[in-house]
Amino acid sequence: MPLTHLDRLEAESLHILREVAAEFARPVMLYSIGKDSSVLLHLLRKAFHPAPPPIPLLHVDTGWKFRDMYALRDSVPARYGVELRVHINPDGLRDGVGPFTHGSAEHTRIMKTEGLKQALEGGGFDAAIGGARRDEEASRAKERVFSFRSSAHRWDPKRQRPEPWNLYNTRIAPGESVRVFPLSNWTELDIWLYILRERIPVVPLYFAAERPVVERDGTLILVDDDRLPLHPRETPQLRRIRFRTLGCYPLSGAIESAADSLEAVIAEMLVARQSERQGRLIDGDAGASMEQKKQEGYF
Amino acid sequence: MDIAEYLARHERKPLLRFITCGSVDDGKSTLIGRLLYESKQLYDDQLARLERDSARHGTQGEAIDYALLLDGLAAEREQGITIDVAYRFFGTDRRQFIVADCPGHEQYTRNMATGASTADVAVVLVDARKGLLTQTRRHSYIVALLGIREVVLAVNKMDLVGYDQARFDAIVADYRELAATLGIARVQAIPLSGLIGDNVITRSTATPWYAGPPLLEHLETLPLQEDDAAAPLRMPVQWVCRPHADFRGYAGLIASGRVQIGDELVSLPSGRHARVASIAVGDTQRESAQAGESALIALVHEIDVSRGDVLASAAAPCAIADQFAVQLLWLDDAPLMPGRRYLLQAAARTVTAQVTAIKHKVDVNTQEHLAATRLLLNEVAVCNLSLDQDIAFAPYAENRALGAFILIDRSSNATVAMGRIEFALRRASNVHWQALDVGKQARAAIKGQVPRCLWFTGLSGSGKSTIANLVEKRLLATGHHTYLLDGDNVRHGLNRDLGFSAEDRVENIRRVAEVARLMVDAGLIVIVSFISPFRDERRMARERFADGEFIEVFVDTPLEVCEQRDVKGLYAKARAGLIPNFTGIDSPYERPEHAELVLDTTAASPDQLAIGVVEAVLR
Repeated sequence: MPLTHLDRLEAESLHILREVAAEFARPVMLYSIGKDSSVLLHLLRKAFHPAPPPIPLLHVDTGWKFRDMYALRDSVPARYGVELRVHINPDGLRDGVGPFTHGSAEHTRIMKTEGLKQALEGGGFDAAIGGARRDEEASRAKERVFSFRSSAHRWDPKRQRPEPWNLYNTRIAPGESVRVFPLSNWTELDIWLYILRERIPVVPLYFAAERPVVERDGTLILVDDDRLPLHPRETPQLRRIRFRTLGCYPLSGAIESAADSLEAVIAEMLVARQSERQGRLIDGDAGASMEQKKQEGYF
Repeated sequence: MDIAEYLARHERKPLLRFITCGSVDDGKSTLIGRLLYESKQLYDDQLARLERDSARHGTQGEAIDYALLLDGLAAEREQGITIDVAYRFFGTDRRQFIVADCPGHEQYTRNMATGASTADVAVVLVDARKGLLTQTRRHSYIVALLGIREVVLAVNKMDLVGYDQARFDAIVADYRELAATLGIARVQAIPLSGLIGDNVITRSTATPWYAGPPLLEHLETLPLQEDDAAAPLRMPVQWVCRPHADFRGYAGLIASGRVQIGDELVSLPSGRHARVASIAVGDTQRESAQAGESALIALVHEIDVSRGDVLASAAAPCAIADQFAVQLLWLDDAPLMPGRRYLLQAAARTVTAQVTAIKHKVDVNTQEHLAATRLLLNEVAVCNLSLDQDIAFAPYAENRALGAFILIDRSSNATVAMGRIEFALRRASNVHWQALDVGKQARAAIKGQVPRCLWFTGLSGSGKSTIANLVEKRLLATGHHTYLLDGDNVRHGLNRDLGFSAEDRVENIRRVAEVARLMVDAGLIVIVSFISPFRDERRMARERFADGEFIEVFVDTPLEVCEQRDVKGLYAKARAGLIPNFTGIDSPYERPEHAELVLDTTAASPDQLAIGVVEAVLR
């Protein structure tokens, strides 16, 4: 029987994950709790079954994720038989860094980019697996599956290693590392179709429900806890909303939607007119913003 | 919309991977941008951003600059060039597509080759005003080197030459000539304009003289290359799974063939045998698995298998060797030094390798062979490669996964070359074949090929021998073991005692068929070029071979054309009554009714026909 499109994507991702396990001394998988991470985790289990995954998970926390995300995260180690490490930038925690006090750019730099570098250096990891896809953004569309990083975690987009066929060069010098993207060739639609086919658990915020939100500059922000400072005359309204992408709750815009099941989410995506990263407030900060953040070490 | 129905349809949709390549400014990015835009694959916020970027960095004045959709790096936008491959994803009702937009500058050839290595189809763009340029030839050479057999020649910017058919035809003729010398099997030429949209999604009214499909329709309908599930099993072992003392499984991506529980496998290069105890794909236990799947195989008894070994069908194992003839594309700023030791990575195996000789490098513009003592960035060469140990392999033309490799510099860790194995230079001697019966399969396996009898039939002067010769040359060049039995040659020796009466013609064919059968048994690809005018005798020859082994090739040239060519002056003599029983004149030729291949020599060149035959043989 001919293999389907999803079968092929799965086979390619399993091959990539096994290459990482076979070739690197201390690999780690970046786990961000979102839908792509859920798929990655599912593939990680499949790649090494019946052995437990030989690669631990790392969540670089900012302290500002949605409560539903923390709930799913905390259920993972038991469900998948995998080790989960959580790192939060202690300097940022001490200085009380957050999106409201320091602005979204500074918050992201300190809590995510710096936090990630601390965690990778602290763990001595030589390979970090991430769930980024090439269809997400123009600079990601250019990145290799095995993407080399200097000892300062920098990506040099002008001098990427050639990567012919599926022959991944995994050689690095001490201190250097590789970021690995097993979902490079998946699209947002593929992710959802695979979640449906494999019945993979995801954060309930992807499905529509009545939730309290405030509207700011045209973006719907969920009032997830009492840390969201409300402006005078601003009262949260109950609206039927869901998220296409999840990050820190004050930086993730919701969409109005009635899609309360996987099938409905997929149906909605087929007629969508906005890309998924449209709800990511940090992407709009500067022109080639993702590339710049990636060069500095962002995932 | 019914989601279940959509999913079922989407699930079955095949995937096609293609690249766009060609020279700088031939309009590659613009064409893809147009494809995405017109097939409604762009979101509103992406369009808004594109409009914003066009105003800031655009090179199209007031209009939208589609290239900015793909040139996603800051340096690319600033310089208005493409540096690295961009991958974009889109789908239609018929197919899913991954397109890799490749840079046109020579200095970024290695990035182009990265994009091309995983493609099924190459769309080669040519600016209608400029015709074929050096980069067109370079990219086409790399496309052929990587084994891409399907090329779309997109003659772009037709609007700037007033949709001139003569201009189009001239470029197409130039390109067909290039494709034939490079061995590219199929070329579909399309006149289009990426900027305006002519013949991209819809047929253009500006080119009424063009009867073919627009680009997207062609990409939706061209035949796909299927996974080679019929070939013998090959699975490079990536990782050994040992969850506890009672289980040991071997994980890998199946490169070709199928595997079933109970199959007898051989681990190479060690040569140890074992039967398959269980198969899993992910967490699902299976009875079998096939090419393209990432599987986990456990064996009935433990043999030593580790990462880099290849599990192969014991009945048809692949060859092992440590010395190869290869083609190399050099990717590094520092030149290749013969005698220097590099790491070679092939499938899951990494060994030490050195280039012992650069046989010649190739001028990609003229295909001229040049002597060389070193190899510089972006140069291509045929080399001899020597490894420090045996590896299991297959020629690239037969199995990409087992014939492709990269070279890595041991101090900088840079990927310095990509290459393809053509054939082994000498068999490694320390092979311990475990009780392998010597038979047709074993003889063929050591040659790394499937034995065949190619039976060319047709009138005298139809072009049989010319094409048969070209076929043998091509097969030999890709490391195959062949023999050509030609009517004239055999009649001077083995069949010297036979004349041209009907009885003697039958005996002639019987002897040749018998010799061909022995040679196929020896594992060779035998090419027979005989007029063989009678159906019965051709059937008698066919019956001597196993199913699928005998390929009848009818060289269908009309008598008038043969007579006009009359290379050996035989028709003139026959007409003059000097040669009795001459086929086509006073002895009948019975046209084949079920030939596997029919070659029309009035419609294509011998080179093109030979490419088609070689493809059919290796399929």
